[in-house]
Amino acid sequence: MCGIVGLYAKKPAFREKLGAHLAAMLVEMSDRGPDSAGVALYRAPSEAGANKLVLHAAEGSIDWQGLSQAMGTAFGEQAELSLRGSHAVVTIKAPLTALRAWLVEHYPQARIVSAGEIIEIFKEKGHPREVVKQFGLEGLSGSHGLGHTRMATESAVTTEHSHPFSTGRDLCLVHNGSLSNHNRLRARLKKAGVEIQTDNDSEVAAGYLAWRLAEGDSLNQALERGIGELDGFYTFAVGTKEGFAVLRDPIACKHAVLAETDDWVAMATEYRAIAPLPGAESAEIWEPEPGRVYVWGG
Amino acid sequence: MIEIDLAQTPLRQANRRLQQVAPDSNERSFVIRNPQGAHAVAAGLTDPIEVTVEGHVGFYCAGMNKEAEVKVIGHAGVGLAENMMSGRVQVTGNASESAGATGHGGLLVIAGDTSSRCGISMKGIDIVVGGSVGHMSAFMGQAGCLAVLGDAGPSLGDSLYEARLYVRGRVASLGADCKEKEMTQHHLEKLGRLLDRAKVSANPRDFRRYGSARQLYNFKIDNIGSY
Repeated sequence: MCGIVGLYAKKPAFREKLGAHLAAMLVEMSDRGPDSAGVALYRAPSEAGANKLVLHAAEGSIDWQGLSQAMGTAFGEQAELSLRGSHAVVTIKAPLTALRAWLVEHYPQARIVSAGEIIEIFKEKGHPREVVKQFGLEGLSGSHGLGHTRMATESAVTTEHSHPFSTGRDLCLVHNGSLSNHNRLRARLKKAGVEIQTDNDSEVAAGYLAWRLAEGDSLNQALERGIGELDGFYTFAVGTKEGFAVLRDPIACKHAVLAETDDWVAMATEYRAIAPLPGAESAEIWEPEPGRVYVWGG
Repeated sequence: MIEIDLAQTPLRQANRRLQQVAPDSNERSFVIRNPQGAHAVAAGLTDPIEVTVEGHVGFYCAGMNKEAEVKVIGHAGVGLAENMMSGRVQVTGNASESAGATGHGGLLVIAGDTSSRCGISMKGIDIVVGGSVGHMSAFMGQAGCLAVLGDAGPSLGDSLYEARLYVRGRVASLGADCKEKEMTQHHLEKLGRLLDRAKVSANPRDFRRYGSARQLYNFKIDNIGSY
């Protein structure tokens, strides 16, 4: 059992408080996932040609200031650093593949939590209320975001095993459910060159999407193909640069509810996570159909 | 009318109040405000009281209901009126999965749509849905009636026992051992009475009837060699 939430601002004024609203939704789903929590916020776009990396490492194993300076020197550009809870956000004008290679060589203990122009993923073990506090989510603005509260059923409770999982540049996935063919699929994806960091089943779904998108599928195509290839129970929410997508498996025993007003679109495992949003009582509310891909914001 | 505001009163306290109405009490009518999607609102009621819930409810609303009349003005989450014994539960909006699951009796009326597994393992409950039902509805239904004014999703009545199914709209597909059956005068009258009880305006002649083909659950003498 896990809880997932998603929120998309339809009006600029709503963006200011997106972090606070998403945090409220996430905390409401604490009963469904008290082990760990995380969010992907789409906010503060970096300038053209720059990449924003969110990095995580075992506590005290990296001097982030030193990493940012060394990275700046290596690429001949200014690296901007901000620390948020246990994560570091570094923005620099340099290609992603070169940044990845540099990190592997110089800071192998650092793990890229998310990468892209706009995405920022923050996730940690612990009660969702504590995770929200640690990362100061309530003060953050953004255009849209996803969140996850985890009750682990098939792999360890660590930061790395927490959701959301990055699925490529500005993409991420959160999952409620369990996949039954993840071991075989993981082996297949690794063979195809997809990097997978943990033994978590949801990360395999994220890796699968990353692989299909790299192969040229659109998000819609990748998700629709996934219905045939991912065996198990799932409600997925996928964050993209422009919005988010929702997909439930054809048996659909993992709950999901969608709601929309003039100001926002929201998805959650249960309505009570949507209830605290302004105007929720008069929102249009419906349940996503099994095996159908829903996309907001392109 | 006694008001209970869930923004002020803890849910357990509110439910206990509804579950423990004294037999000689005049307290017969309650309204619950601000449910905010809470689970198990008005669950486990055992007395003939009236409860109106103003707002959307979460999972298991009016579960195990006995004799009470519960009306939700809004939508309901998973497991609405599950294992209901008697009484009446009504929702003005939509209901999520497994509405009326395992219900033994009483009447469940959903004005809007319900999603998958509506009336799963129903054991005598009557369910009237104003909109459409999702896949696997009335799965293993043993007794009672499910009347759907809209459409039914795939695998309607899979592994059906003796529950009776009436659908006015399109049926995406029938489940294993479920088949269309003749709508006789007896069934027209029965359905008419059910729709009247549900205060739903529809002509029974517009419905088609589905039931068990009785090939799956019955002991068949032809199969004696297999035992």
